Amino acid sequence: MSNVFSALTLGHFLTLGAVLFCISVAGIFLNRKNVIMLLMSLELLLLSVNINFVGFSRSLGDPAGQVFVFFILTVAAAEAAIGLAILVTLFRNRRTIDVADIDSLKG
Amino acid sequence: MNFDFTTLAFLAFAATAAVAALATITSRNPVHAALWLVLTFFSVACTWIVGGAEFLGIALVLVYVGAVMVLFLFVVMMLDIDLAPLREGYVKYLPVGLVVAVLMLVQMLSLIGVRAASAMPLADNAATGADVPNTTWLARALFTDFMLPFEVAAVILTVAVVAAVMLTLRRRGGTKHQDPSAQSRVKASDRVRMVKMKAETPAPPAAAEGEGTP
Repeated sequence: MSNVFSALTLGHFLTLGAVLFCISVAGIFLNRKNVIMLLMSLELLLLSVNINFVGFSRSLGDPAGQVFVFFILTVAAAEAAIGLAILVTLFRNRRTIDVADIDSLKG
Repeated sequence: MNFDFTTLAFLAFAATAAVAALATITSRNPVHAALWLVLTFFSVACTWIVGGAEFLGIALVLVYVGAVMVLFLFVVMMLDIDLAPLREGYVKYLPVGLVVAVLMLVQMLSLIGVRAASAMPLADNAATGADVPNTTWLARALFTDFMLPFEVAAVILTVAVVAAVMLTLRRRGGTKHQDPSAQSRVKASDRVRMVKMKAETPAPPAAAEGEGTP
């Protein structure tokens, strides 16, 4: 009798990735005024994509998937570093991180 | 009902990750959110290790929990943020956020065809089949087929470091800085100036008496 508990399948990985993806999209909706929370949701989004890569890599027996996770981790780390640097500069100049207040380009 | 210990461990870690992710997006305090996110990353790393991607699991813990999340915590604690206005509109956007998230989840799960995908167990780990550790298996691909992308990734990281420093570096007025290149470039002649002048001689005593100071 095959059930959810009997063996690890590709569906387990894909489901976990989908759940985390939806949670992080909901996080972007809920915390849409706080740039720090937006950045954290973005990290969660990238992580859920990585879960899919790992799952498919294991399922197909192909190392390319795990190599791509490696590259996505690199880009995500660069994104976090630059995003936080922009955040610090923004807070220094405007004394706020509220997305609604950042409207200088509106004219 | 037969249970597989590996699958049970995966499900436990996955449940922890989902709960921690929910706590991340709902917690009021950004510091708490960052700490919940650390738990999420750690649980996901555990699921990767269970799933056979040991190197990436360890890398996730090192890179994310060790570096990126510490950076997040550092920034969150350094900025003096007034949280009250940032929470406005949370309740207003809660229904639409939930509806979008749940609908998307349903669509994705039906698209994946969980039942169909769950019917067939995963094949044996390819690395284990080839009798090499996961790290070796990964490195063989990374350093042969993906050598150029690997070096591009290194360049991206360097650019990111330079950009982050350039964005946050500032010179404040009124503070004193050392300039190492000026310090090492200095010569003795810049510090001490030899002046040619006549030796001081005492004035003749006769002239001093004639003047007659009171």
